[in-house]
Amino acid sequence: MKQKQIKSNDVMLQTFARILILIILTFSIYLLLAGHNNPGGGFIGGLMTASALLIMYLAFDMKMIKKAIPFNFITMIGVGLLLAVGTGIATMLLGYPFLTQFFDYFHLPILGEVELTTALPFDLGVYLVVVGSALTIILTIAEDDK
Amino acid sequence: MTLLHWATISPFLLAIVIPFFFKYFKRIHTGWFVMILPLVLFIYFLSLIPVTSSGEVIVRSVPWVPSLGINFDLYIDGLSLLFVLLITGIGTLVVLYSIYYLSKVKEKLNNFYVYLLMFMGAMLGVVLSDNLIVIYVFWEVTSIASSLLISYWFHREKSTYGAQKSMFITVFGGLSMLGGFSLLYVMTGTFSIREIIANVDLVTGSALFLPAMILVLLGAFTKSAQFPFHIWLPDAMEAPTPVSAYLHSATMVKAGIYLVARLTAVFGGSAEWFWIVTITGLTTLMWGSVSAIRQKDLKSILAFSTVSQLGLIMSLLGVGSAAYYFNEGDNALYTVAILAAVFHLINHATFKGSLFMTAGIIDHETGTRDIRKLGGLMTIMPVTATISLIGLASMAGLPPFNGFLSKELFFTAMLNVTEYGIFNLETFGVILPIVAWIASIFTFAYCLIMFFKTFTGKFKPEELDVDHVHEAPFGMLISPIILGLLVVLFGLFPNILAYTLIEPAMAAILPGILEPGQVFDVYIHHWHGFVPELFMTFGVVILGTLIFTTMKKWSQSGFYQGERDIFNHVYDGGYAGLINGAQGVTRVQMTGRLRDYFIYMCSFIIIILGYTIYRYDVLSFDTSNLSPIDPYMWVISIIFIGSVVSVPFINNRIGVIIVTGVVGFVVALMFVVFRAPDLALTQLLVETVTVVLFMLAFYHLPKLKKEPVNIRFNLFKLFIAVGFGAIMTLVSISAFTMGGEAGFASISDYFTENAKELAGGYNIVNVILVDFRGLDTMLEILVLGIAALAVVTLIKLRLKGSEDV
Repeated sequence: MKQKQIKSNDVMLQTFARILILIILTFSIYLLLAGHNNPGGGFIGGLMTASALLIMYLAFDMKMIKKAIPFNFITMIGVGLLLAVGTGIATMLLGYPFLTQFFDYFHLPILGEVELTTALPFDLGVYLVVVGSALTIILTIAEDDK
Repeated sequence: MTLLHWATISPFLLAIVIPFFFKYFKRIHTGWFVMILPLVLFIYFLSLIPVTSSGEVIVRSVPWVPSLGINFDLYIDGLSLLFVLLITGIGTLVVLYSIYYLSKVKEKLNNFYVYLLMFMGAMLGVVLSDNLIVIYVFWEVTSIASSLLISYWFHREKSTYGAQKSMFITVFGGLSMLGGFSLLYVMTGTFSIREIIANVDLVTGSALFLPAMILVLLGAFTKSAQFPFHIWLPDAMEAPTPVSAYLHSATMVKAGIYLVARLTAVFGGSAEWFWIVTITGLTTLMWGSVSAIRQKDLKSILAFSTVSQLGLIMSLLGVGSAAYYFNEGDNALYTVAILAAVFHLINHATFKGSLFMTAGIIDHETGTRDIRKLGGLMTIMPVTATISLIGLASMAGLPPFNGFLSKELFFTAMLNVTEYGIFNLETFGVILPIVAWIASIFTFAYCLIMFFKTFTGKFKPEELDVDHVHEAPFGMLISPIILGLLVVLFGLFPNILAYTLIEPAMAAILPGILEPGQVFDVYIHHWHGFVPELFMTFGVVILGTLIFTTMKKWSQSGFYQGERDIFNHVYDGGYAGLINGAQGVTRVQMTGRLRDYFIYMCSFIIIILGYTIYRYDVLSFDTSNLSPIDPYMWVISIIFIGSVVSVPFINNRIGVIIVTGVVGFVVALMFVVFRAPDLALTQLLVETVTVVLFMLAFYHLPKLKKEPVNIRFNLFKLFIAVGFGAIMTLVSISAFTMGGEAGFASISDYFTENAKELAGGYNIVNVILVDFRGLDTMLEILVLGIAALAVVTLIKLRLKGSEDV
């Protein structure tokens, strides 16, 4: 694999990557949560997380990454889809049509006045599917060295 | 959900847990768990007989898709109760029989019983539903379950052939039927059969009457194996025998009969319905009985005999529909056909069920069903021989069995037809009893062949594969014995059925014929005096015996040598043509070159849109209301156009990636300019991820080759590219102008106004994604997930040794 040969001793890249990934990941989660009222959302957040993880794959070797990300991206797609469909079905159990979304404002300790929506778990599902799919596709092509 | 609904779907629920029973209770045959359900259902439905025999109906409703008028309405009247009793009653016996027929060690019983329960539930749904769409759904499930059961031994080529054939033919019919149902909806505005019958004037007066009728009949005829669609039934005999006894003689093939009976009240009384149903039925009767005498396989004989008996019932329903023309109340001249149809339906289920089971026993014990190898089994298998004798005598129409009674009624109905004097019957009517009589002669003949070839003559152990032939275990004999006893019981005391099952079913087939409170007069008896029917039976016996005794002579003829129906050539030829055609289309369409796909798609869009623009003259430009173009937009546009145009001239891949990246980023820039931060952000991220993806993919690809320059082809490509762009531009400009002219409000206004109010979000892009158009998003991520899995399958599961592309 090509990346393996390039990266192993790239101190500069690795040092920057550590900081960059942290910032990008944080920002991507902000985007996911802010989506309802500001630019952002599951798609964008997911793509940003995917790019953060891609930097990681470019900078570090597989062994380390396996340790840092101990889960399978294909499972992530499944979990995401289940979450999105599940939000839709949950409202059905209460007698509303499939995918009816609800929102309300709550006063939570520490956080104060917060708007909670059923769209958030749905968006989280979108987020997981986007991250899972993007990385599954890219990693599968990357690992294919036949 | 009422008790009745739970009863209808209970087989599906049991089917879910059956695999676990099979896995964890290996020592107990899975069939025992299954058998409880039809037994309980049978007793439950028996308890409803007093309701229907007093002329009441049971209606239970659960909304399903109320906005489209589709409700899961269940409806029990005499007709549906008769069918559910057949389904659950025969179902119980068949499961009991299968427990001894299928080994719990060797067979995949979990599959078998799941399919069987699926079928049972679907069949209950077909006969109990009042809603046409619900009927259609269950109808197709029976087709699927039937195919799965036919291909139960899927390693045999013949099984899969038969399964595929039955699937093609019955699903073709099912789709036609759906068309017919839709037309009924167009005419009446409802899918409910009861409401359609109540508004039957809307149907009879409509121009769509005939198309709807033909489409519905196609469904019924394919399912009930009517000529010329009967060819799937003999091939369906590859299924295990319990399945043949259950689906392909007693229940599923009668679904078409059910539908015709149910819709008699809608279509009956017209000459078209009368003639189509009657002629198809009689042709099937004749064709089936003549084909049956040249079969050598016990189950094939029974298959063609089933075809012919189904034709008999069908023709009776056709003749009986004339009752609606006369509408004279309980006039036996017209209603006796319906009486005969219902009575024969019950009788056929009993004797044919027992015959299939004995054929299965013979197959099970001797290892063959070929009548040329069998013989002399009377002394070896006395019980089986006795049951077969009863069943065959009943089928042949001999007294005192129930088949005799219904066959006499059949003759009566066909003779009555000549007195109708409508629908040109005064000239052609005489053909009907003659065809019925000739077909009965052949029926008698194949019954003789089947009995004497199997049970009498010389026993030929050297022809059989098994060492020691003996009588079947008692458990296997219980079901055929019960059915055989019913044959005798209904033969001797037919009137126990008269007002419990037959009359309510007749009243359900012919609603509106009787005044409220009246009942049909059902009195079935053996002796009518020296009437034409009796002499017809004498003729059948004499000529049938003659055919059998001269068998040596005609068995040398080409007619006897061939077994396969000539219509199979049509099917096989059509099938081969379908495959070739599909391959041809695929070869043209799927070249494996991305460029070709783009050419197809783009040319198609150019042609369709170009034609629409030309045809409706919709080009319009309104330049009055445009905002001025800022200088930086010129710069952005020039970069944009320049980078797009330069892509085809770049000869290395990295360059192409970079330039397409530029295109993407310029698009993002445009989003920024037009104040769409979400889109801009998404576009940027997509570009970033795509660049990585391209780099990885191109790492595996060979260097770009310089293609030989073909001026004409390049011009063609240029034409397509420019044409596509031009058309899209024209469409969007015209759409914008026309939207303004027509005064359509922009859809975004709705979202802007309601995003906060209805969905609690300020970001309308996101609110649209997760709330207003949440279903779209859900399906999009599904597609995304599928795409990812497709990439994994394409790359990881690549066939070993195949070349890398």
